[in-house]
Amino acid sequence: MEFRPEELLADQIAQLIGDVRHVAVGNASPIPATAALLARERGNGRPYVSLLGSPKNTFWTDGARELFDCAGQGRIDVFFLSGGQIDGHGNINLVEIGEHAHPKVRFPGSFGSAYLYYVVPKVILFRTEHSRRTLVPRVDYISAPGASEPNVFRTGGPVALITNRCLFSFTDGRFTLQSVHPGHTVEEVIEHTGFDFDRPAQVPETPSPSPETLRLMRETVAPQLAELYPQFAAQVFGVGV
Amino acid sequence: MSHIAKSLDEALEIIADGCMLVVPREVSGVPMDATRALIRRGIRQLHLVALPTSSLQADLLIGAGCVETLETSAVSLGEYGPAPRFTAAILAGSIKMKDATCPALHAALQASEKGVPFMPLRGLIGSDVLKYRDDWKVIDSPFGDNDPIVLLPAIKPDVALFHAAMADVYGNIWIGRQRELATMAHAAEKTVVTVDRIHPGNLLDNPTFAAGTLPGFYVDRIALTERGAWPLPLPDYYAADAAHLAEYAKMAATEQGFAEYLDKYVYEKQAA
Repeated sequence: MEFRPEELLADQIAQLIGDVRHVAVGNASPIPATAALLARERGNGRPYVSLLGSPKNTFWTDGARELFDCAGQGRIDVFFLSGGQIDGHGNINLVEIGEHAHPKVRFPGSFGSAYLYYVVPKVILFRTEHSRRTLVPRVDYISAPGASEPNVFRTGGPVALITNRCLFSFTDGRFTLQSVHPGHTVEEVIEHTGFDFDRPAQVPETPSPSPETLRLMRETVAPQLAELYPQFAAQVFGVGV
Repeated sequence: MSHIAKSLDEALEIIADGCMLVVPREVSGVPMDATRALIRRGIRQLHLVALPTSSLQADLLIGAGCVETLETSAVSLGEYGPAPRFTAAILAGSIKMKDATCPALHAALQASEKGVPFMPLRGLIGSDVLKYRDDWKVIDSPFGDNDPIVLLPAIKPDVALFHAAMADVYGNIWIGRQRELATMAHAAEKTVVTVDRIHPGNLLDNPTFAAGTLPGFYVDRIALTERGAWPLPLPDYYAADAAHLAEYAKMAATEQGFAEYLDKYVYEKQAA
């Protein structure tokens, strides 16, 4: 069955989410939102899914702080972060490129990353531009570090990085290439990645979403997604078109 | 004993040049009519605290030269792209930026809400967010064993300013589930609120409303500004004006375009 790259990514992210109680998705994250809703459909209503910015898909009544308090209590199992730069140690940069006193590029800012990266057990890194510009040897600014000293309280951190080209897992402070998406190659991943990573002798191809998954995404998930991401739902799934 | 001001400008009088002003994030009721009025008045040297992020409001105030210090976790126009005047000001070094992370701002305001000098927060250690904040400290938790933790000094704004759906004549404000608006008002010395309409009766008399009401006790000035969050949304009431925000993103991309935007939408359009 034909599918779009977004559908492959959402299917993979849904697998990474796994069997958990609560997945939260930040702003401007339509593909992770698709994955979280897909996981909820497959799990008959579990995990709980909180989509920031969607009154329909958040249960919070204690204001903007409740997301962070919830995470601090250990009640958020999965979250998604990205970065203007991501390095091989799992450090993410949402602030600037260049010298801090005179930056050359400024990004919006760190949002909740300097907290959530530490206290959400599974943080899935997500970046659809896989290039040496974004995946760098060392970030210019650490919004949140991939790992911490042993005495720093930390119950969470990165478990994976998914891009438009491939899926990496993250363990012991390093990325390992898990699979390469259909139509892409290991050589291409090496060429466009600015950091060192491990890889098995044979790198598998990322499995394509099954017809059942595609049906679920298109027929059941997409209409729910349209509340928060009307443009994305129309472009990818043809909702309301 | 009405708190309702005769005009928007009168309600905004207590926001002085150089004051610390706290404002909410895009989906919590951003007082855009008030923001335009402050720009028309030519307010200067604000220490703007955006709880915990901002979009059009901070970008406009920065572009119009009203901000000396900005304390927030991110400024962006979301799906309309980067915030162009914020970005330009940072690259030019024309504003002082105090980068934070969302829960740090919530916690620092909660410290003022409780009347305590600081609040501890997990995370942050090893990040450059902490590295560049001389005002944040790391201590060894007195209740732990080799357990470093960050302490954030209380943020005590001079004024909290936000927009809400309705107020009553007793000064009570319906904030619904946007509870951080209450925290802002509790933490700040003074609070100014703009509202879309006046609710007949007393919001505190109705238990359904009361739970989502900021009591007038905390509110100093109220101004009636219908659709006062435009072009930003007031969730549960109206959506963002997408076409306008796209126009802003385009115009504000250059300094000249931004000046034209101000002429067209800020200086020309007088408060009703």
